[in-house]
Amino acid sequence: MGASSIIRHSAWICWKDLTEFSRSKLRLVMLILMPLFMMVMVGFIFPSGGSISDQPVAISMQDVEQSVTNPLTGNTTTYWMGDTFVTQLEAINNETGMMTLSTSPGFDDIKAQIQDGKLSGGIIIPGNFTSDILAGRQGAITVITDQSNPQVSQMMQAVLSKTIEAMGTYFARMNVNRTYGVDFNSTVAVIQPYSVQFQGIMPGEPNYFQFVAPGIIGMTVMMSLMTGLPHAISYEKDIGTLDGMLVAPINRLSIILGKVLAQTARGLIQAAIVITLAILLFGVTIQGNILLVVGIILLSVFSFVGLGILITSFTEKEETATMVMMTLMFPMMFLSGVFFPIQQMPWYMQDVAHALPLTYATTALRKVMVLGAGISSIWIEATVLFAFGVVFLAIAVPMFKKAMSR
Amino acid sequence: MSKSAIVTNSLSKKFGNFTAVDQISFDVKEGEIFGFLGPNGAGKSTTIRMLCTLSRPSGGSATIAGFDIVRQDSEVRKHIGLVSEKMIMYNELTARENLKLFGRLYDIPKDELNRRIDEILSLVHMEKWADKQIGTYSTGMKQRINVIRAMVNKPNILFLDEPTLGLDPQSTSEIREVIRKINVENRTTMILTTHMMVEADLLCNRIGIIDHGKIVALDTPANLKKMASGTDVAIHEFDIPNLNNAMISAIKAVGGVSSIVQESETRIKVRSGGDSFDSILDTVRKCGGKVKEVKSLEPTLEDVFLRITGREVRDSVSDTVKINHQGGPRHGPMGGGGGSKRGR
Ligand SMILES: Nc1ncnc2c1ncn2[C@@H]1O[C@H](COP(=O)(O)OP(=O)(O)OP(=O)(O)O)[C@@H](O)[C@H]1O
Ligand SMILES: [Mg+2]
Repeated sequence: MGASSIIRHSAWICWKDLTEFSRSKLRLVMLILMPLFMMVMVGFIFPSGGSISDQPVAISMQDVEQSVTNPLTGNTTTYWMGDTFVTQLEAINNETGMMTLSTSPGFDDIKAQIQDGKLSGGIIIPGNFTSDILAGRQGAITVITDQSNPQVSQMMQAVLSKTIEAMGTYFARMNVNRTYGVDFNSTVAVIQPYSVQFQGIMPGEPNYFQFVAPGIIGMTVMMSLMTGLPHAISYEKDIGTLDGMLVAPINRLSIILGKVLAQTARGLIQAAIVITLAILLFGVTIQGNILLVVGIILLSVFSFVGLGILITSFTEKEETATMVMMTLMFPMMFLSGVFFPIQQMPWYMQDVAHALPLTYATTALRKVMVLGAGISSIWIEATVLFAFGVVFLAIAVPMFKKAMSR
Repeated sequence: MSKSAIVTNSLSKKFGNFTAVDQISFDVKEGEIFGFLGPNGAGKSTTIRMLCTLSRPSGGSATIAGFDIVRQDSEVRKHIGLVSEKMIMYNELTARENLKLFGRLYDIPKDELNRRIDEILSLVHMEKWADKQIGTYSTGMKQRINVIRAMVNKPNILFLDEPTLGLDPQSTSEIREVIRKINVENRTTMILTTHMMVEADLLCNRIGIIDHGKIVALDTPANLKKMASGTDVAIHEFDIPNLNNAMISAIKAVGGVSSIVQESETRIKVRSGGDSFDSILDTVRKCGGKVKEVKSLEPTLEDVFLRITGREVRDSVSDTVKINHQGGPRHGPMGGGGGSKRGR
């Protein structure tokens, strides 16, 4: 039995699997729905910055105007710092749309409204705000946040510090303008001689789908091999059809190869669906070469095949196979940087992540899809994936042959 | 007959400490239909699986078409076909596609395979259904395709593990007809397992009775029946409308009675020594029984089984074997239809 007959037989088994698959409406629907659900779900449970908007926030203005008479000129100027603060806050909020501002009499009212879920937070500008500042003391603004919603408090903190900074800048510019007679429009350069601008290396706004799409592609491919493969074999074992192939005079490898081909085809179709959905529905763009993306996906397939076969040979029954797969898959899903960058994990978890092939698949896909990297930037990941594949196959193939030979 | 197609030598299979097949030795001649008859769990399927190279023997040896089932398993596979307990077919594929798939696994060239497929489809009169998905078939139709699927490679030796299990009477007789036809037309050697006496009697040239993993009798159906009837054994079926347990116990106590089978509310079948018939009738009358009808029966394979296993397994001369009565009295003590065990 030469290699050509193994390939010929496996092609027929693959044909059989794909024909079966293409005629099962349920499985076809799941093929599309699964990645769609996955994308939509992660899109909602991991909100990006832009997803917070129109949070109801109340402002309690207790501050009052203060008039100051310059003893030298006798001119009287009226200051109302609290109002300036609100003006700045509104200006910033108009840009971002994060908050919907309302007014409130004070702390107790804000507290009650937060408890009722009517408010996400409140800002209290105390009665002595202006007078404190004029007297050279720091003005104290109180921010009340809904502790049950950490994301909103974070957002409010960010907005408020920006507002205070803007207000500080405004007063500084006024002072520079008055004291040194610098034209108001040129004052910025005096106070803030340098500024920082954030820019990604690729055009377009960063978006969470952009980050998560490559991960989901890697995960989909992993799932079709790690769950699809053992399932395909143990299912046929259970219903008895595997015996039909086992009594035929074919090499055992033809069976597993046929199944691998079919599952790979399924994984690639699903990856294509994920990419299409990501581009059409979620505005994801592929910066790098699409062929390179396909290449990485194929390499990922290769790195997972061995693991899939290994699980298959260890498991007698379909149920056991499913259980083992689930136990392995969940850590893989969450530790491989599919949903959040592994750099955010504690170091020991990062070490674990580096032992998982999915991490490398995800990283490589992300580099190419998001950063437009070329082959030279991903060769480490590619090598590691290839090595994973070789090692697992070297263990799995003899195991499988042994498991199949009763 | 001529050469042996199958030879087994103390073939055994253990699952842990449990011995499912216990040192069985038998020969199957070329062109013969050999029946494996035994109750549930007797070890029939386990034996078939070992012979088909699906399961490794724990002891002993066997050859199929002259090839050792362990050392030359890939040679063995070229000569055999298997109709397993579970159907080997894919529901989403059509009959023709199923046959094509398996034909391709045997490297049959395309044109020859197409001819072969048409030929075996017409054998079971399924040409019209050939291009419909198996999932839409009735159980009987599925089983016809399942049987010819094992014939796609023209095997010399065909294994049929309970080929009529779960089929209605009409499908059952159709399948039996096909089996006979295949055997006659191709001189295919067959091993067929069944727990139905009738089936073994109708189809097989020789029968091995297997119980608890051991072959307890092996002969032609005629010889086995002769063995059961003997000279001094008579089998009578009594129809007693007011039959009760006390009456059964009393009959049991009559000298010469070897076994009683209660077949229904009112019917019992009694095996006894030639001259105990009068005593049995007396006993029934003494217990107040009204005998409506008495039939003297020809011994069947069922009686053979009862005689062999009833004695040896249950180790008691006058033990009442209560049976699950289904169909005629020939549907032996090993239970009726056995329910549908087939998957898919
Ligand atoms: N894989 C297995 N592991 C453990 N025990 C098994 C296994 N296969 C079969 N057995 C046991 O071996 C015995 C014989 O089983 P087998 O399937 O050969 O019986 P059978 O004669 O085919 O009966 P049936 O009429 O139910 O098909 C049974 O007691 C069964 O429980
Ligand atoms: Mg069986």
